[in-house]
Amino acid sequence: MNVIETNNLFKIYQQGEIEVKALNDVSICFKQGEFTSIVGPSGSGKTTFLNAIGGLDTPTSGNVMINNTDITQLRSNKLVDFRLRNIGFVFQAYNLIPVLTAKENVEFIMLMQGSSPVERKTRSKELLESVGLGDKLNRRPGQLSGGQQQRVAVARALASKPQFVLADEPTANLDSTSTSNLLDIMYRMNQEENMTFIFSTHDQRVIDRAKRIITLEDGQVISDIMQ
Amino acid sequence: MTVILSIVLGLWAGFFTMALTLGLNEQRMDGAVKSYLSHVQIHHPAFLENYNIKDVITMPEELLSTIQKNKSVKASTTRTILGGMGSTAHGSAGIQIIGVDPEKEAEMTSISSSLKKGTYFTEIKSNPVIVGQALAEKLKLDIKKKLYITFVDENGDQQRLKLKVEGIYKTASSMYDEANIFMKSEDIAKAIGHKGIVHEIAILCHSINQTDEVKAQLLAEFPKDKIETWSEIAPELGYADEMMSTFIYIFMGIILVALSFGIINTMLMAVLERKRELGMLMSVGMNKRKVFVMILFETLFISIIAAPIGIALSYAIIVHFGEHGIDLSVVGKGMENFGIGSRVYTYLPANLYVNICVMTLVVTFLSSLLPARRALKLDPAEAVRAL
Repeated sequence: MNVIETNNLFKIYQQGEIEVKALNDVSICFKQGEFTSIVGPSGSGKTTFLNAIGGLDTPTSGNVMINNTDITQLRSNKLVDFRLRNIGFVFQAYNLIPVLTAKENVEFIMLMQGSSPVERKTRSKELLESVGLGDKLNRRPGQLSGGQQQRVAVARALASKPQFVLADEPTANLDSTSTSNLLDIMYRMNQEENMTFIFSTHDQRVIDRAKRIITLEDGQVISDIMQ
Repeated sequence: MTVILSIVLGLWAGFFTMALTLGLNEQRMDGAVKSYLSHVQIHHPAFLENYNIKDVITMPEELLSTIQKNKSVKASTTRTILGGMGSTAHGSAGIQIIGVDPEKEAEMTSISSSLKKGTYFTEIKSNPVIVGQALAEKLKLDIKKKLYITFVDENGDQQRLKLKVEGIYKTASSMYDEANIFMKSEDIAKAIGHKGIVHEIAILCHSINQTDEVKAQLLAEFPKDKIETWSEIAPELGYADEMMSTFIYIFMGIILVALSFGIINTMLMAVLERKRELGMLMSVGMNKRKVFVMILFETLFISIIAAPIGIALSYAIIVHFGEHGIDLSVVGKGMENFGIGSRVYTYLPANLYVNICVMTLVVTFLSSLLPARRALKLDPAEAVRAL
């Protein structure tokens, strides 16, 4: 069953008089439980594609179906709510809230979803334990290493029980040990919980662990390999 | 922190300046009321037009009896007022001769307690006079020195009297001190051979707010007399009072506008600095309404923390200078010309603290709208990648 399906996706920017096609007729399907890397040189359209399937950007034409809902047709507030309940995000710079502890950073997504305090407390603890931070629940981001912060970000992305997780260059700021640990965690969750992960990356270590590699160039899919 | 500090300082500056301005005005009014105005005055309808000696109050006893029964009245006294000339070997000056009942006058005005030299109608038996310090300096008068006064009596004849200086007073107004001397009413009566001449009845109420009520009650019984409140007798003081109540809001408005620019600037900076955080919140599912309300509440919470600090600081300083005063003797001479003493006591009524707190909260709320709107305009996809 397809979790995500893009059909003839175009994203065209106007730079002065020049038309730039960031996405040029991209049609891809993602199934539940995939562990996919989107690769390609800078400017190939990886982030634009991730933004389009994450509902952060509206394509110029084409549609994005997520569990049979065309998110390009959703109104602003509905789309925000859709993101909250269906999509987990992991950002390159972690983007944790500096004044909240690791636990609170994970909890606040559930708070926005309207979960009960007991559920928030239990799930945030479970998630942080599963990413190996059970002993750092009350640390603030500034007291954690880059790798640990990104693990909190993964726990936060999973807190809302999303359909899939989009990770934009998640290992770009991490050393090799942290990268390896993070990939192990995400791979384990993919294996154990059948969670769908889609990465945009330049990192060969991520590419090596992916089950499917989609290569973009000039906004077009030039290869789609299962490994 | 910057916003909190700017609100605290803004409030303090506003409160203190208002307290200083109100204190100056209050002292000017208080000085005038205590030294010569009192709260309500009664005259013959024509008396104040030309100070004619014949324009006397016709039924002073009845009036006094009614006044004394009024529960809002604290004290009252009668006065005889003559225009004349005072002279010594060193010069002469136009003066107003006020004949008073020393005991009752002491309850009404502060002249008896404003003596810089001498005594208050206790030592000198024959024609004692209390003169102002400014007049004493001008005519080189001192205690027990002679002052000759001339005035026109009821028959149009000029009268000359030799007075002996018993006391020298000093009020907050040097102009008043230069123009007014106090004698016993009975001495004036003896000089003109006519007892019971009353040109003025002065009334002091328990509170300045009771003046209109007392005036209305007396006017109902004695419609032929001219009964005026302090603000009617000295309209400039009344206008100053009215103007001041408007002026302080204008002044506070200016401070709050400046404050709002500070808040807008700081909160806009905060929004820009937290672009990545806001982008993340919007990306993961915080809708625009919640982002807007979040920025709004953040600004309001800051002012909820800052406002009590600003008020407490202002209150402490205003109370301190309200008790001890601020020494402005450097410009004391100029201030005395305006009827204000050289030590100013700050004063701010409680209702103004409340009003200004409400104004501050409203201004903070309005100032937070622009930064909140700016936050809404962020593109989450771009904001999450902001440096």
